[in-house]
Amino acid sequence: MSVATQTPDQVKPPLAERLRLRLDFLPTVAAVVIFVGMIIYGEAAYGRVVQMNTISNLFINNSHLIILAVGLTFVILTGGIDLSVGAVIAFTSVSGVMLINAGWNAWLVVAVMIATGGLFGLFSGVLIQYFNVQPFIATLSMMFLARGLASMLSTVPERLPEDSSILVLATQIKLIDGPKVNDLVITPGVIIAILVVAVGWFILHRTRTGRTVYAIGGSEPSAALMGLPVHATKMWVYVISGLLAGLAAVVYTTRLGIAQNITGVGWELDAIAATVIGGTLLTGGVGFVLGSVVGALVLGLMNVLITRDGGVPPEATTIITGGILLIFVLLQRAVLAKQRD
Amino acid sequence: MSGTGNGGVIANLFRRQYVWGIVAIVILLIVNSVKDPRYLALSFNPNNGALVGNVIDILRAAAPIMMIAIGMCLVIATSGIDLSVGSVMVVAGAVSMQFLSTAPNTPGAAFTALALALGVSLLLGLFNGFMVSVVGLQPFISTLVMMMAGRGIAKVITGGQNTAATNDTFRWIANGYVFGLPVVFLIAIAIVILLGLLVRRSALGLMIEAIGMDPMAARMAGVNRRGLLLSVYTISALMAGIAGIFATASVMTVDISRTGDQLEMDAILAVVIGGTSLAGGKFNITGATIGALLIATLDKTVVFLGVSSSATPAFKAIVIVALCLLQSERVRSAFKRRRSTPVAPTKKEEVAAA
Repeated sequence: MSVATQTPDQVKPPLAERLRLRLDFLPTVAAVVIFVGMIIYGEAAYGRVVQMNTISNLFINNSHLIILAVGLTFVILTGGIDLSVGAVIAFTSVSGVMLINAGWNAWLVVAVMIATGGLFGLFSGVLIQYFNVQPFIATLSMMFLARGLASMLSTVPERLPEDSSILVLATQIKLIDGPKVNDLVITPGVIIAILVVAVGWFILHRTRTGRTVYAIGGSEPSAALMGLPVHATKMWVYVISGLLAGLAAVVYTTRLGIAQNITGVGWELDAIAATVIGGTLLTGGVGFVLGSVVGALVLGLMNVLITRDGGVPPEATTIITGGILLIFVLLQRAVLAKQRD
Repeated sequence: MSGTGNGGVIANLFRRQYVWGIVAIVILLIVNSVKDPRYLALSFNPNNGALVGNVIDILRAAAPIMMIAIGMCLVIATSGIDLSVGSVMVVAGAVSMQFLSTAPNTPGAAFTALALALGVSLLLGLFNGFMVSVVGLQPFISTLVMMMAGRGIAKVITGGQNTAATNDTFRWIANGYVFGLPVVFLIAIAIVILLGLLVRRSALGLMIEAIGMDPMAARMAGVNRRGLLLSVYTISALMAGIAGIFATASVMTVDISRTGDQLEMDAILAVVIGGTSLAGGKFNITGATIGALLIATLDKTVVFLGVSSSATPAFKAIVIVALCLLQSERVRSAFKRRRSTPVAPTKKEEVAAA
């Protein structure tokens, strides 16, 4: 990532050559450029974008998406896909809130929620790894299973008790007390998201597991021939994605205080879009956790700008997200074609 | 079936996977009949010349699923996937309802609405096909983009409203009766037969399968991959457009957030039940049609048994997981091994021969 942000600034003669070597970074650089461009445009057109409470809200409102995007990065790096995350969030949050309302210890329920997410991931992983089911079919069926189970539990909003101890995860902590309401605020949910990003970055770039994930995405047979633990790692990425979906459910539920069976419809698409915008190739093998964070922030900022603008109908949001996703996929396609030359 | 007495025919029949789909339909109908013995009863309504009964309801509900299933069937045969069918359905529905809401209540307006809806579906399908065949994107991601954008397009067309309209001709498509059977089912069956004849009585089907088996070999054999992929995705979108017309015409309202929602899963499920492998390279239109009938029966059964209809996805997920497991090598070889154990003396020879 440090290289990614530096490349556009280096105006030395071998820039073209450097860039050719670093084509992998191009989509990520493009995402950063777009993010900065959106901030500048937003500030110029609507004002009050580069200020502390907007930035705080951007992180607070998108912490669950950042967590999901980190999970999806692992999966997509191996060349797979996980369509179940949104539905897993619905099931874990509905079941979690119901357990708390039934008198369970709230922190135990948090552990149960994360574990349930991991269980869904494990199930997808087993189907994919041991029964040769295509990733998107296996996770699509998990999506339906989780959504259906959530609907069996309840179809009305389930409310967290007002005095529940886990609501501490959504308490706003003032870091900088600005004038009026312009404060830099952070919640434990945001801290969790940042920790997830840090751990995800560490695992992917500093551990053997991370190298194996990249190797599988590059070429699975080669990774197997090199003696890397392909089977176990492919299982693990889906478990990680499931665990993080459970964690995202915890963060999101504590922020809103309610859970419903229709929570998280389409979030898998947002998370995939964030990952792809951040520069992870859908074919696997290339990508960065920090890029996915930028991707998630681009999507979050887009929603802010659309709300501020008021002229764009909110219905058009999905078209714009789809359009951005398409542009980035085409960009990836062009980069891949260039690399083959 | 068993009355034919010819063991070979029956054994042959049971080798086809869609027979299990028929068996499942029969079981579901029996379950329903146990709950209510009059479930299968049909009565005749002399006012509009219609047969009335639960089975007729199932046929009516199956029509849109049949349409998207046979389109999906061809796409999957090329080892692709079309995740956008549900969104194309809602766009087609939104276009026709938005047009009819201001148009006069005449047959002419109905046909214009049909043409408009099918034209828009055609465009969306061409876009999918272009992305897959010319640009070379993975089918799953290009249709995923369409799935996201399509629902947005529908919302923009209707201005975020659930537009309703009145047009007797358009309504007749979904609610009318000919020979006592719902028009919508007859149209669907006619389209299935036409498409089936088109791909099976010409070399088209074979070429589509060739792309799915080995794109390289197909190209060497002179198969026009680009053109075929483009037409397959266009056909799939057209079928989805027809399904969208069926779905909206029955209530004469387009529900922008629920029409066609998650129906891509139904289509994939119907195709898999029908014995089409998700790996591509072969397809079975009869099977996909039976799969669609099974899904419609399952939907109606779940509601009939008093389970919330929002829980049906869980049942479908279980069915699809079971089918995927049955298709996988690991389970198949386990079954074969168990079957060969009784003939213990020859076991060694079998292994050697294998």
